[in-house]
Amino acid sequence: MAKQICWEDVNENDELPPLPKIPTTRMLVKWAGASGDFNPLHYDSAFAAAVGVGSPIVHGALKRQWLVQLMTDWAGEQGMLKKFSCSYRAMDWPRKMATPFTPEDGDTWQCKGKVTKKYAEDGQNLVDCEIWIENGKGEVTTPGTATVMLPARK
Amino acid sequence: MLPEEMAPFIGKSIGTVACEVEKGSIKRFADAVEETNPLYWDEDYAAKSKFGSIIAPPGFFGWPVKLPPGQTFQRPTDIADPPEVTDGMRTVLAKSGYANVLDGGIEYEFFLPVRAGDVLQARSIIKEVREREGKSGKMAFLIIETTYHNQKKELVAVQRSTAIYR
Repeated sequence: MAKQICWEDVNENDELPPLPKIPTTRMLVKWAGASGDFNPLHYDSAFAAAVGVGSPIVHGALKRQWLVQLMTDWAGEQGMLKKFSCSYRAMDWPRKMATPFTPEDGDTWQCKGKVTKKYAEDGQNLVDCEIWIENGKGEVTTPGTATVMLPARK
Repeated sequence: MLPEEMAPFIGKSIGTVACEVEKGSIKRFADAVEETNPLYWDEDYAAKSKFGSIIAPPGFFGWPVKLPPGQTFQRPTDIADPPEVTDGMRTVLAKSGYANVLDGGIEYEFFLPVRAGDVLQARSIIKEVREREGKSGKMAFLIIETTYHNQKKELVAVQRSTAIYR
């Protein structure tokens, strides 16, 4: 694990280390099985075309979980994610697979965040962040917010 | 208007499920996300951490407890509540011309870590219904609030998901 970040290390407007993600058709199938979301919109091309999205799209909840990882990676083991929200504003399409294990060339998504507020409340050291996912064109498809508790320096 | 027709369902339970948070399910979940945090899969590492055992990532509440918002109206076989509320809502939505549902987003408050082996109870209610005219016709927003308690009856998390009907 990376070195633990402390509340004193953080300033408003700080940017979080970006978390890159490449959704693939393979990842969507794994997510369907792991999350229990078996909506064919996410794996059946004919179904996706019939409902007007072209081809299968990335699950909103998978994008949510990338943003959760962005926050828990940053807050570290001694920190805690207290509040989280995100909305699925635009669709994302996964890369197709070139081999059983490697995707075709294409876009990489970036999960990003920025500190908007640093404060103490009920004896806890808290940080609010604005968070979002950018697609390969740099467009924000999934904006959100998060609050983490961070440990104080001993 | 849909909100008036849906008013009888506000605050009503649309399902309570209980399920065990399985170690293997956590690992598969973390793997699907391409998580690298060893707290989710490395037992020796997790045993030495402050948690003392494998934990689940925030947002994972055991399979199949999660009831993805787009499938809120699918009823798992082990659901505890009678189906009148969900069936009634489904009828009202269909009558108002709503055929498709999309996952609009989610809000969480997390209170306690979830450990492998915990048995969680998830109870969902209809919190709010809104309707508005969008550029491609009318849309309805259903806010579903789910509270999660562990086997010690401690509140673990509250989730509010938005299902968008059109």
